[in-house]
Amino acid sequence: MTARLAKYGKVFTIGLQNTFVYRWAFVLRSVVGIVPLIGTLFLWQGVFSSGGGSIAGYTFSAMILYFAMTVLMENLVTPTDDEWQIAGEIRDGRLSFLLLKPMNYLAYRFSLYASYRLLYSAILAPGIIIVFFTLREYIVLPSNPATWLAFAGSTILAALLQFFIAYTIAMLAFWILEISTIIFITYSFEYFLSGRIFPLDMLPPWLSGVVKWAPFTYELYFPVQIFMERVKGAALLEGLAIQAGWVVIMWAAAVTLWRRGVRKYQAVGG
Amino acid sequence: MSRYLAIYRLTFRNSLIREMNFKANFLLWMIVEFCWFIGQMAFIEVLYGHVDQIAGWTKWQLVCLVGTHQIISQIFQGFFYINLANLPELIRTGRLDIMLALPVDAQFAVSTRQVSFDCFVNTLVGIGIVALSLVKLGITPDAWSIVLFLFAVMLGVAVHYAVMFSLAAVSFWMIRGQALIHGYFNLFHIGRYPDVVFRGVFKFIFTWIMPIILVSNVPAKLLARPFESPWAGLATLIAATAIVLGLTRVWWLFALKRYSSASS
Repeated sequence: MTARLAKYGKVFTIGLQNTFVYRWAFVLRSVVGIVPLIGTLFLWQGVFSSGGGSIAGYTFSAMILYFAMTVLMENLVTPTDDEWQIAGEIRDGRLSFLLLKPMNYLAYRFSLYASYRLLYSAILAPGIIIVFFTLREYIVLPSNPATWLAFAGSTILAALLQFFIAYTIAMLAFWILEISTIIFITYSFEYFLSGRIFPLDMLPPWLSGVVKWAPFTYELYFPVQIFMERVKGAALLEGLAIQAGWVVIMWAAAVTLWRRGVRKYQAVGG
Repeated sequence: MSRYLAIYRLTFRNSLIREMNFKANFLLWMIVEFCWFIGQMAFIEVLYGHVDQIAGWTKWQLVCLVGTHQIISQIFQGFFYINLANLPELIRTGRLDIMLALPVDAQFAVSTRQVSFDCFVNTLVGIGIVALSLVKLGITPDAWSIVLFLFAVMLGVAVHYAVMFSLAAVSFWMIRGQALIHGYFNLFHIGRYPDVVFRGVFKFIFTWIMPIILVSNVPAKLLARPFESPWAGLATLIAATAIVLGLTRVWWLFALKRYSSASS
């Protein structure tokens, strides 16, 4: 068992080193990545200047906290390159080398994802601290330790969910040569339905009821709601259950597609 | 000049033939852009479910702005996007060598390798949305404002080109194409917001250094907010476009000096 874990520990370290090679690309990316956040803050300032004190139960200050947390969460858990790399390995036949190694591909990929996210967050930490410090008058930290616990749990589930979704989509590369269109279509749903550009409780009630059952809600929006203590008690437990349910479903999909895909795999060009 | 036109005509024809061969792909890319656009519209719908106006912009004025952004970005993507997105790959593999050896300007050669026709369908969707917004606003634009609108749209395409091309040229120093594509979309994300919401240093940077805020706002205001005088905005856009295109050229030549081919 420890030997097996040590193996993936090694993959994790290699992932760290690979990522570190591209640190400047990361820095450039994060500097540019902050632009939409600033744009969003300006837009909502405009919205609140004409909308009065509170919109859908958010004050201006709460709205800023919401977006700051969403960006933080996005950096922590959203895969940036993983689905492209996996699809690339399948398409180019590089997967053959990995199949020969005594490793579970999903565990291998997850180790890389984890190291990638960790280093990315570490590199971005100074930037995130600056953003939070600049916005400090709007930041309210939860006082209840249980909130922190639920938030941490939900963040881990969100990471698993996002990873399994990315992995599952990349598996389609076994059947379809060019999957970037499918990835971009998924992105568009994730973008609008994970709460990245507006909090989902701004939707009309009938839509909120539908969106509650969608996986995207649990990628970013739900953990942030926990952090802001906007979801509590029974609703919190229900949400965590739905989130965990989606993690299991996407994991099962990932494993099933992998089994079928490998059987069909032809190692084109490998 | 006529030689360049002849070359481009051939590129255009080859791209069309290529597009005909991959019809499913053509359709899928159309759907991709359509999904994003529907999302934009849904966002406006959600926002205006809670407020009547944002910094003085009504719902249909904002729809016109987003539609204009769609027209500009889709024209840009149709002619240039895929070529610029491939530049890092050309540099990494050393295939840029061939481009440099061609008896045409290298910037022209790398920028105009193929045309994506699916984007033009989405341009039409954008035009439809702008037209719808004008109907809802009860505005019938005269010929003169349509001409100015088209002119401003062309300048906007040039700005999109300059910004993304400059980003792409960064890959002479560091090689990660994907980061760059995110960079382009992140930057132009703010292009769909009314310019009046921006303030301070941010407004200055994105008006003058990277004139992203102006790009859609100037043409959209021409049509949707005829009560505002367009001249100051147009003049700024013309100046900013000229500056940013000039800087891009200088940046490209500077970056090219550093190129020492990867393989071969």
